[in-house]
Amino acid sequence: MRAIIRMLAAFLRLFYQSVYLALGQIWTNKTRSILTTIGIVIGVASVTAVIAALTGLKAKVLNQVESFGTNTIFIFPTQPDKGPMRHASWWTIRFLPEHFDDILEHCPSVERFSRIAGVGRYTAHYREKSAENVEVMGIEPAYHEIQNRPVSLGRKISVIDNMQVRPVCLIDPKLRDELRLDRDCIGQTIRIGHHTFRIVGVIERQPELQLGESGQERYEVFIPFRTTFKMGKPWIMAFAASKGTEVTEEAQAEISFFLRRTRNIKPGEPDTFRVESVKRFMDTFNSIALMVTLVAGGVVGISLLVGGVGIMNIMLVSVSERTREIGLRKAVGAKKSAILTQFLIEAVVLCFIGGLVGVGIGQCLTMIISGINPVLDMVYIPAWAILLSFSFAGSVGIFFGMFPAIKAARLDPIEALRHE
Amino acid sequence: MRTSQKMTEKAEKLIIRLQEVTRIYKVGVEHIHALDGINLELGENEYVAVMGASGSGKSTLMNVLGCLDRATSGCYELDGQDTTKMSDATLARIRNERIGFVFQSFELLGQLSALKNVEMPLIYSQNGWWSRHMRAKNVLERVGLGDRIKHKPNQLSGGEKQRVAIARALVCNPSILLADEPTGNLDSKTSEGILDLFDQLYREGQTIIIVTHEEHVALHARRTIHMRDGRIYSDLPRDQDPAYNTTMQEDAREEPE
Repeated sequence: MRAIIRMLAAFLRLFYQSVYLALGQIWTNKTRSILTTIGIVIGVASVTAVIAALTGLKAKVLNQVESFGTNTIFIFPTQPDKGPMRHASWWTIRFLPEHFDDILEHCPSVERFSRIAGVGRYTAHYREKSAENVEVMGIEPAYHEIQNRPVSLGRKISVIDNMQVRPVCLIDPKLRDELRLDRDCIGQTIRIGHHTFRIVGVIERQPELQLGESGQERYEVFIPFRTTFKMGKPWIMAFAASKGTEVTEEAQAEISFFLRRTRNIKPGEPDTFRVESVKRFMDTFNSIALMVTLVAGGVVGISLLVGGVGIMNIMLVSVSERTREIGLRKAVGAKKSAILTQFLIEAVVLCFIGGLVGVGIGQCLTMIISGINPVLDMVYIPAWAILLSFSFAGSVGIFFGMFPAIKAARLDPIEALRHE
Repeated sequence: MRTSQKMTEKAEKLIIRLQEVTRIYKVGVEHIHALDGINLELGENEYVAVMGASGSGKSTLMNVLGCLDRATSGCYELDGQDTTKMSDATLARIRNERIGFVFQSFELLGQLSALKNVEMPLIYSQNGWWSRHMRAKNVLERVGLGDRIKHKPNQLSGGEKQRVAIARALVCNPSILLADEPTGNLDSKTSEGILDLFDQLYREGQTIIIVTHEEHVALHARRTIHMRDGRIYSDLPRDQDPAYNTTMQEDAREEPE
């Protein structure tokens, strides 16, 4: 037991001595050390910045998805990959309102359901004020719950509005301000296209995920689903919410089965629509994020490799420059292991310093990124990324420092002391 | 060839015993006998000069005695232990504990202070920070550099550098001090200072081996070994060495004037 403690103490002393010597050596050759570690610095800085950006983006997207609700299911028409409907026009495969009749009775895992009708962008008028780029959508009452879009003023679109095809609308607060409506604008009427609508409520805006593209302001107006047919031929999709995350897939299958029947798709023929869940969307996002991480990881790996070769080169130079020193150290009693440790630790310390500077620069980059793009305000470097960077830098040091260190340890002291 | 004569009166305890030691280098197909059957015994507190022309094998003998090199055949006992069968790691420890080297070109590390240079061998043995510091400081005082411990080698004169190197060799209390041409890079006045230091260390009980080709350096030793072609050619105490007697006679002749 005491022997083990003594050995451990001896090793710790050797370690401490080596670190001390290494720092002295690095300090003596400042310029060379800086140039050598640049590869490592760049590698670590980019890996931390990329990971930080991805983590931030992911947090943002998750946030957004949570505002949707994770039970949300999107239903929209699409051409199948194969079969005769492959080249069908969008118009032939469109949804009709009756495709969804009685869907709730036939799909027990579905909690809520709302058809959505998109009729395109219009210009809205109120007295002499007007606003372009107004997205008009027809909804059913369940939409508010599924999409988590409550009204801050007035009331929601109701079942009665739909049944009686009322010319009523919900507007978003930005549009109210743009058209200079009263703060309490309930009861006022606005003109959209050639139709007049009475405002019954103000709907909260969605937290927007606009990546870089700021462009023109977009406004939203919601009208009863059936009212859209008065404005033209709407493009119909649907949103549903399952009874829980665990039955989302069940709900998707039920909806699929139900729609195949109502759309008269024969057995064996492919679907002409898609039923997607937020979960699936998240999976897709995650796999893209993973791919970006892997690609970035590859680039960073190459950069660390180049940095490592630089380290190896400089360590070889150091060994041949200090051949006499190595000879002397061996003559006064340094074992092979002591020389090996000294040079190995010098390489690792060099890499760690590179890693430290790299993390610092990565932090600056991260702050710059979040400064430029307000969407990425949740960008931060997670602790595991810092640990990962350091262990990478350390492994590079050990891997590429090993060869020069072995070379140093194997030197014959007599030859080394004779070296010019 | 003269018969070798051993210094038995002082050698109560043997430190070095070489028996039929050879060292053969292979250069291509040729075998070079750098050491060719060396027999040598060295007692405690001896002061020996090893002389010989270059190529006589004195450097090889030095390397073997210092455990930097291994004998090809024969037996080398240091402090009663046979070193020929020892592992590299054990030899490193022996060098650390028993042997102090002094080189012609000092071999100080430029970026370290005199004190740190002297502390260096202690790093490789079991010594704490404070004991290292104190031992190095004491030994520097012993060689007369107590006021120079913070100086870097480039702030020291040649003689002072060699004194630091001697201090470094002494810091582990070695059984033998091996000096390879210790005055080779110094002017004659500084050389005398260094040789006086060796005399002082000898009087304090240190066993010293100096390898040199300079007659006046060898005259400080109490025993002189001449080497030629890898063999010991003569091994005489100082008062029997013709060179010493000649010098003494010259001195004696000069004195009355």
